[in-house]
Order: sequence, then structure tokens, then C-alpha cells
Amino acid sequence: MTEVRIAGVGMTPFGRHPERTGRDLFSEAAARAVADAAVERSAVEEVFFGNFMGEFAETQGHQGPLAADVAGVTAPATRLDSACASSGVAVRYGVERIRAGADVVLVGGAERMNNISTADATEALAAAADALWEIRAGMTFPGAYSLMANRYFHEFGGDREDLAHIAVKNHEHAVENDLAQYQRSLDIEDVLTATTISSPFGLYDCSPISDGASAAVLVSDSFAEAHDLDAPVTVTGSGQGSDSFALQDRASMVRTPAAERAGRRAFEDAGVGPDDVDVAEVHDCFTIAEVLALEALDFYEPGEAIGAARRGETYLDGELPVNLSGGLKAKGHPVGATGCAQISELTKLLRGDHVNSDAIPDATVGVTHNAGGTVASCVVHVLEVDE
Amino acid sequence: MTRDAGYDDFLDAVEAGEPYYLESAGGEAHLPPMPYDPATGEATLTEQPLPEPGEILTHTTTHIAAPQFEDDAPYVTAVADFGPVNLTGQVRDIDPEAVEIGQAVTLGVERSETLDERVLVFYPVP
Repeated sequence: MTEVRIAGVGMTPFGRHPERTGRDLFSEAAARAVADAAVERSAVEEVFFGNFMGEFAETQGHQGPLAADVAGVTAPATRLDSACASSGVAVRYGVERIRAGADVVLVGGAERMNNISTADATEALAAAADALWEIRAGMTFPGAYSLMANRYFHEFGGDREDLAHIAVKNHEHAVENDLAQYQRSLDIEDVLTATTISSPFGLYDCSPISDGASAAVLVSDSFAEAHDLDAPVTVTGSGQGSDSFALQDRASMVRTPAAERAGRRAFEDAGVGPDDVDVAEVHDCFTIAEVLALEALDFYEPGEAIGAARRGETYLDGELPVNLSGGLKAKGHPVGATGCAQISELTKLLRGDHVNSDAIPDATVGVTHNAGGTVASCVVHVLEVDE
Repeated sequence: MTRDAGYDDFLDAVEAGEPYYLESAGGEAHLPPMPYDPATGEATLTEQPLPEPGEILTHTTTHIAAPQFEDDAPYVTAVADFGPVNLTGQVRDIDPEAVEIGQAVTLGVERSETLDERVLVFYPVP
């Protein structure tokens, strides 16, 4: 099986850009990725593009060929929707396509969210939940993860202050990241006294509503060699999992089997295990989500990850730095762009050209974890440095 | 509002005091709409009476709601265990601060304040 190399990555700055269309955002991210890859656009053989709420926010569907157009590419193009895991799935399809024989694939995603009101964005995001059994009962996404957090506290202990340490950590990591929506630090008191969204979450337990795009150029090992590309980071593992759609149908509300399955498959694919991982970018759409991700990926036993940030273990200088980009929490969460943005940030962290790369000078193995809905979908990738 | 087949049938049954779940030949429980047994693909699901009361597994008070519930906020959403199946509903007739995991609840249907649409609700058992 051919190795899949990440020849180039690119992102727009994440943040409030309500006037920028999804196509405008993706055009910029794709241009950055193509330039970073030093690959001719004409070499791209296929495009996989993630987007979740384009019909709602922009009355724009059928975005695959649109994404290819604005990337300057003529190639078969497909849009993928897996809620907030949409571009993680796009990356996975790209990886599979290279493994099946293609040489160059463009992957990425985009989302425009701030051109509609917060209430409308809340409604749009809620479409990732069960329209009958959850939405008609008034469930929102902060509400869904709050249900998980309160059950977690009940089963394992922990409290709002433990979660606040996760928000503080991820904001701290984003301070120097010019691509992040929030380049400012918080203290615990800021988090605990913020406006309540859905108990136990205050505003700073929640990722923001963001506009942005991300892209990556994936190439085969043989193409990289033939074209003398500088592409030291490879995708060695890819895994995907699904679970019962509605939270109420899960055997447990404090475990995320879709992520457990995706993680096991990705680690098995890569031939590495959780102990080999030097750095991780995980889907912290809400503070509790980082806890669930770290436990699903076997970095921590169930009930143990709630205190990881408080103990300093997941900080930049900890045993396992988590979300050095700032995570969804501080970097921002334009939902369709998030999965590939994790790939973009982790690639730079491992190559050594990320603003936080100095914190992990010897890192060679990284993991991304990208979840959709209440983790009814999950995609995990293992990235390794292979000079 | 146009009816959602299966879900609104379930709300009708709750209003009639006869809530039910669907049971496969193998004893697996499901909620409507579920025309086929997912394990076998056969249309062998039968309606069974849903036992009450249920027990709250988790809950949250939503302060920032989607537009269809904005006049209802703040409101309490909970997932409750009714034995064969769990259900999601809004907890009524109780101070939100007093809602607890493990609390016994019965089922009901009320109207939302914002859009006057039917909502599955839980009532605490005194």
C-alpha cells in the first residue's frame, strides 16, 4: 500500500467574517494549500469537500463542483456531510483515494456561519441531532453536550472548574496562533462567571460560531518522490466510526464508541498505539468533548481525563500536549472546515513551522479526532513524520 | 404543523394514556418510526406498553434556545430511562434547580410557548 503524504496545507484565519462566502473562504484555503504543496493545480485528480450547513446559511447546496471551481481545479468533486466531522471525512476519502491509486487529491472544507443570527446558527447546528426525538424536545447542541457532562459528573465526579481548566488551556495555546479566532487568554473565573448557555456550560465552555476554510493536498509517495516534494508528514492511519444517532439510544452517555472504534482502526492501520502519540488535536466543541475524546482514544481510563488539564498534563509543556492550535474552543469551529483544519495545524506542528512547534521539538506521531453530532460520527487520523 | 409519521403517533398514544415501544422478535426495543427489525430486516415489530414511571438519567437547563423554543427558555431537557427505551423530553411542574438524576417521572404532552407545538414532557412523581 502506498504511503499518503501531506504535500501542502492551508487555512484561512478562523473568526467572524460574515461578508465572506463559503466559496471565497475555500478559494483562499485551497490556494494556500496548493502553494504550500508546490503542486500544479492540473495534477489534482479528485476533490473531496466538507460542508454542513450551506443550504441553511447560504442557500447553497451541491458544493463539490463549486469547491473545485474556486480552487482552480478541473476534477471530479464531491461534497461530504458528516456534520462537524465533514472535512475529517473528506480527508479520509482523500486518503483512501490515494491508497486506491490516485497521485494527487485536494481535500478540505468550509463553513460560513456569522452571516446569520446566533439563534439561526443554533437551529442550523441542531440539525445534526435527531429532528424528531431530540429537536422537537428542544435539544440544542450545547444542551446535548450538557446532558453528557452532567451524566459524566454523576458517574465519575468532576465539576465545572475541571472543565474551565480545559477552556483556559486551549485559549492559552491559541494566544500566538494568528489563525485562531480568540488570541487571548482567560482565567478560571472568566469561565465560571460567563453567561450560562445550557447548564453546566457557560459561554467559554462552548466553541464559537466561526467562518473559515481549510485545505490539504494529499499525494502518493511515488508522486512526491518523482516531483522532489518536501512532504515529510504522512497519514499512516485512518479510521471512522458511527454510533446510534440519538443520544437517548446510546448504552452510555459518557462513552463515545464511534470514537473508540475510529481510534482503534486508525491506530491499527498505522501500527502504533496511544502510548506512541506525542501530540493530539481533538474535537473540543465543548469542554466536556475533550474529556470524552481523550478517554475514547485510550489516552486515559474512563473518568480520568476530566482532571488532565487541571493537572497540567495536556498543556503545551505537559506529557501529552492536546490542542496546541487552540482547539475548536479558541481557534474556532467553522464546522465543515474543522476536521481538515486539525490536519493542517497538526501537519505544521510536526513539520516544525507552527507557532507552537517549539513545544514539541522531538514529536514524530500525532493524532486528530474529529466528531460529528454527539459523536454519532467520528474520524481519527494518525500522522507521522517520515523524512 | 404537518405531522411526523411515527413520532406524532407516539405523542397521540401518550396523550391517550397508552404510550408504547416497539419490540422485535428477538426482544430488542425500538422507538417509532421503525418499520423493520434492524437485526433481521423483517416487519415483525410489535407494539408493547411502555412501563412508567421512568427515571431521569441526565438533565440540563437550556438558556439559549433555537428560534422554535426561544420564548420557552429557560427550560429543562432530560433523558429518562423507561426500561426498554430511553426518551428525551422537557421536565415540567418543577423548579429547574430541583431536578435531579434518579428522579421518577411520568410522560405527558404539552404545547410549546413559542410555536404552540406539541412537546413530549416529563412530570416528576410526587
